[in-house]
Amino acid sequence: MKKSILQKMGHQLNAVVFPLIAIFAALMVGSLVILLSSNSSPLAAYKALFTGAFGSPRAWEDSILKAIPFVFTALSYAIANRCGIINLGAEGQFEMGALAATIAAVSFPPLPAILHLPLTLIAGFLGGALFGLIPAILRVQFGASELITTIMLNYIASQLISYSVNGPIMDSASSSYPQSAHMPESASLTAIFPGSRIHWGLIILLVCVIFYYVFLWKTTRGYELRVVGLNSTAGEYAGMNIRRSILRSMFLAGGFAGLGGCIEIIAVQYRLMMTSFKVTYGFTGIAVALLGNNHPLGMLLSGLLFGGLQTGSLRMQTVTDASSSVVLVVQAVIILFIAGRLMFRIQHGRHLRHKTLNIPPKAMEERGAER
Amino acid sequence: MMTTVSSFIASTLRLATPTLIAALGIVFSERAGVVNIGTEGMMLMGALAGVMGSYYTGSALLGALIAMLTGCLFAMIFAFFTVSIKADQTVIGTGLNILASGLTITINRAVFGASTSPPKISTFGAVELPLLSRIPILGEAVFSQPLPVYIALLLVPLAQFVMMHCNVGLKVRAVGENPKACDTVGINVSKTRFLAVLYSGIMAGFAGAFVSMGQMTFFTENMIAGGGFIALAAVVFGNYTPLGVLISSLVFGASNAIMFRLQAASTGIPSQFALMLPYVITIAAICVVLRRSNRPASSAKPYIKE
Amino acid sequence: MEILQMHNVSKHFASVIANEKVNLSVEKGEVHALLGENGAGKSTLMNILYGLYTPSEGQIIYKGEEVHIDNPRQAIQKGIGMVHQHFMLIPALTAIENVVLGYKGNQAVLDLQAAAGRFKELAHSYKMDIDPWTRVEDLSVGEQQRLEILKALYRDAELLILDEPTAVLTPQEVDGLFDVIRRLTSEGKTIIFISHKLTEIMQICDRCTVLRSGRVVAHGLPISEIPDANKLAELMVGKDVELETITKSPQLGEVVLRVEGVNARNSRHLPALKNVSFDLREGEILGICGVDGNGQSELIRCITGLMPVESGKIEIDKHDVTHLKPKEILGHKVSHIPEDRLKMGMVAAMNLRENIILMDHDHAPFSDILGFLHWKKIDSYSRELCEKYQVRTPGINELAGNLSGGNQQKLVVGRELERKPHLLIAVHPSRGLDIGATKYIQQRIVEARDKGAAVLMVSTELDEIMELSDRILVIYEGEVMDIVKGHETDRKTLGLLMAGVRPENGHD
Repeated sequence: MKKSILQKMGHQLNAVVFPLIAIFAALMVGSLVILLSSNSSPLAAYKALFTGAFGSPRAWEDSILKAIPFVFTALSYAIANRCGIINLGAEGQFEMGALAATIAAVSFPPLPAILHLPLTLIAGFLGGALFGLIPAILRVQFGASELITTIMLNYIASQLISYSVNGPIMDSASSSYPQSAHMPESASLTAIFPGSRIHWGLIILLVCVIFYYVFLWKTTRGYELRVVGLNSTAGEYAGMNIRRSILRSMFLAGGFAGLGGCIEIIAVQYRLMMTSFKVTYGFTGIAVALLGNNHPLGMLLSGLLFGGLQTGSLRMQTVTDASSSVVLVVQAVIILFIAGRLMFRIQHGRHLRHKTLNIPPKAMEERGAER
Repeated sequence: MMTTVSSFIASTLRLATPTLIAALGIVFSERAGVVNIGTEGMMLMGALAGVMGSYYTGSALLGALIAMLTGCLFAMIFAFFTVSIKADQTVIGTGLNILASGLTITINRAVFGASTSPPKISTFGAVELPLLSRIPILGEAVFSQPLPVYIALLLVPLAQFVMMHCNVGLKVRAVGENPKACDTVGINVSKTRFLAVLYSGIMAGFAGAFVSMGQMTFFTENMIAGGGFIALAAVVFGNYTPLGVLISSLVFGASNAIMFRLQAASTGIPSQFALMLPYVITIAAICVVLRRSNRPASSAKPYIKE
Repeated sequence: MEILQMHNVSKHFASVIANEKVNLSVEKGEVHALLGENGAGKSTLMNILYGLYTPSEGQIIYKGEEVHIDNPRQAIQKGIGMVHQHFMLIPALTAIENVVLGYKGNQAVLDLQAAAGRFKELAHSYKMDIDPWTRVEDLSVGEQQRLEILKALYRDAELLILDEPTAVLTPQEVDGLFDVIRRLTSEGKTIIFISHKLTEIMQICDRCTVLRSGRVVAHGLPISEIPDANKLAELMVGKDVELETITKSPQLGEVVLRVEGVNARNSRHLPALKNVSFDLREGEILGICGVDGNGQSELIRCITGLMPVESGKIEIDKHDVTHLKPKEILGHKVSHIPEDRLKMGMVAAMNLRENIILMDHDHAPFSDILGFLHWKKIDSYSRELCEKYQVRTPGINELAGNLSGGNQQKLVVGRELERKPHLLIAVHPSRGLDIGATKYIQQRIVEARDKGAAVLMVSTELDEIMELSDRILVIYEGEVMDIVKGHETDRKTLGLLMAGVRPENGHD
């Protein structure tokens, strides 16, 4: 009796309370950094941060706009993670999606939007997806750890962007400035409602989130992907094609990230340039996925939080002299706390072990085997 | 021609050094079963701490010492999470890398200001070894380097000896292979792994300090640019031994040196492709790792006592 | 003189009571058996003594003094050594490196030459010669066990705990081990011998303590006063053991599985199977018998398509399946109860219903052509299956990893049998289970045979093999030694074959 109450409490703690504790702890660490690195009081800084993020309809709009790419990269990390792959390459896949979409958007003769827009979106998806396939192929062919290959590919991607905007797709009108041409209207996403800046990318994102859920829990392919992530040996014994699942998950992971990059360019930035990716979309996505527990709804919520942090930090930097990079610190501490909650789980015994969703598959397998 | 060869060797060595130093640390934590994904962040912290140390003490060496302490501190966080409470190594490492990125940017701006020109600091200048530096070609290439280069080269045989012939090396190799077996003969698995991680952090800090004070003379945001991951790859490519790590670091150093040559020479190859070279080589390297690898059997798996 | 006394020792895990007020007293120089079923708490008790677990309560008196052993290091210092059931050796290191690992006399710089000298001397004095410079992965299982014993002796162990030491040995190797044990006790060393094999205990032990469900049911019983093995079995299981033999009614039908001249190499590219040939018919159980690691796993992996066949041919129902993929082979009405349920047979972190569709998720009735899963059908099927196979669980949403071992195995067996196999492959179907679950699963397998399935069963338990098999194939180093009729053979014959000795011509 006593145990079941404990169990329930623990479950709730893991699902809701713990992320909140993590966020709180991260803000505390962040305030320490503000205190030491600036002349502002953390309270004033956080006030500015909060008003900047959620203080007005306009701020909300901004935060939602900023959240969209983060949730895309979170989906990217999450779907790979469900298959036991650690995709640190959402950054590069995001950029390649943006690049492919830009090429599709600017290099065609004028097309009707009904053709051009889907074409651009597909190009963005494929750009990321194919780039995501590279580490997957290297892993299944040569056993190369995706931890290293995905990171290396991120650097390669940013060089490719730099090359492209300095060369092949450099805007002839702006000559010396390294950037692409402005997106044609036929390849741009417009606002959903007039007067608001929330664009159709949000709808595409929601479709992707629903797809993520339905695919993983309602389809056979998604089921296989999860089996491979949790115990690939059992999958092999059941006749599943492990390699194909890995390739599939990384294709989708890259695709999600690529679509995010594409939408960021055709709905927000309108031009591809060297500074398009100053925000570390990929790594923020990891934080979003972790905080959201790889769960569709969770990722939407945590994405909004990180979008808010992003918007708010700019205001914080203007209003106070606290550096916007404090947000990176907050983000990092959230990751540490969320990943570190295992400590909590061990204290509460084994019945809690499997209750949370995103225990890294390898660790899970090992613990399963130990019993 | 002669000078081209010797200057190529010299820049290869100098460019290989951060990878080598960091990898000499990682090789121990890897063998102990912990993949220190946070190396990148520890190097970044080291790079800034070195510059700050040098700025305030006026000595590059003291700066490097402070960098090593900083790396150690960061490694302590990593070890606490991954070894003591068994959190996922990749996730914690990624978190630390982001933390380092945020902290260094914030601190750098707070201390040195955002836009002013870099502060004048004492850096690692070339130290010509008497006599040896007069050997033709080799002298100029090898024996006229900054101090950390010599230290790194001397550490290679030392690390090899410690790993293969010392009690502590045996322990490190054993806990990475089969922690439970180590437990049954009375070895403290967590302590061994913890210390191995601290050592890798110290070396990462040192490596970072060499980047900012040996290769450059200032700190820039995110200046490590994947160097920590390249060091991780160097350990895989070097088959988890210090001697192997020397060879793989030199390969990466050479690819960097070629990159700079390509960039400088008007070959018609866009500079971006030259800049990609080290990353491409790194990917290629970990794809051709030997089949019979020294990769520890319990790599990246936390050890949970029953 | 009593060297060890454990008083009222209890160990409680989160919800499980592993030991409850256990008393154990061991005399110097004796071989003391610790007998009990799987899960009776023998290993837990010994892990407490060796410092791997902390007891919840109780007292340990060693050599007349109360001691607190918090970790293995302290146990070793006190002269307690333990040879674990799964060897605690590091395959990638050499024998001597394994021996000196963690040794308290080590200098900062190791002197392996000197250590090897001492080791060789020690090994020689017990007639257990092992080359100190060989990597452990190149040693045979028997050699590894000897190395484990030597490792303990190198640390001057006086009390040696042997945890199921015979599980991995041939009957002949067991005799060798017993010689070593006798030599050790003659020198005044004390042995605690953990086992559930009654005959061995009768043979080598002086006294015996029996554990059942974590409690002592017989304390320090002299073996000489026990009339026969049945008495011990009764103590261990707690009820009259029916030594009924399951009726054998081979209604042989068509050949289902034909293996012809199969050769294969293992992951280290060494020959694992050498020219293996046999037939298996409908309504027949063919038992594969051999010491662990003699090619059984590889044979099964070849048949199920998990490992490439180098040469030779495998046919199922007259179809050539030699180079087919696992999925295609499963499609030939093949069911597989794999050797390690947690690693290969199920996904511990998924719930029961997700585990139940592991093989059949991608076709009707569980999913449609579009690839969507039909959870309603899956749920009702899962409930039926759990009921039919007596899987005790709070519900089908329970994670499979939270079930007990017996229920996990019932789940796997149920899932596989419900696929109505024509060929059933069962590898160590009862490994690690208590007697009740073992009997249940064996009966289900026999039932499947009686309904006409061809059953290929791998086991290292001679009793199981002899009880169930219509024919027995003995495998040794990847070679078929012989195929014998189940009821025309005896343990000794099988034992010799398992050790690679062919009785007729007596070579090899």
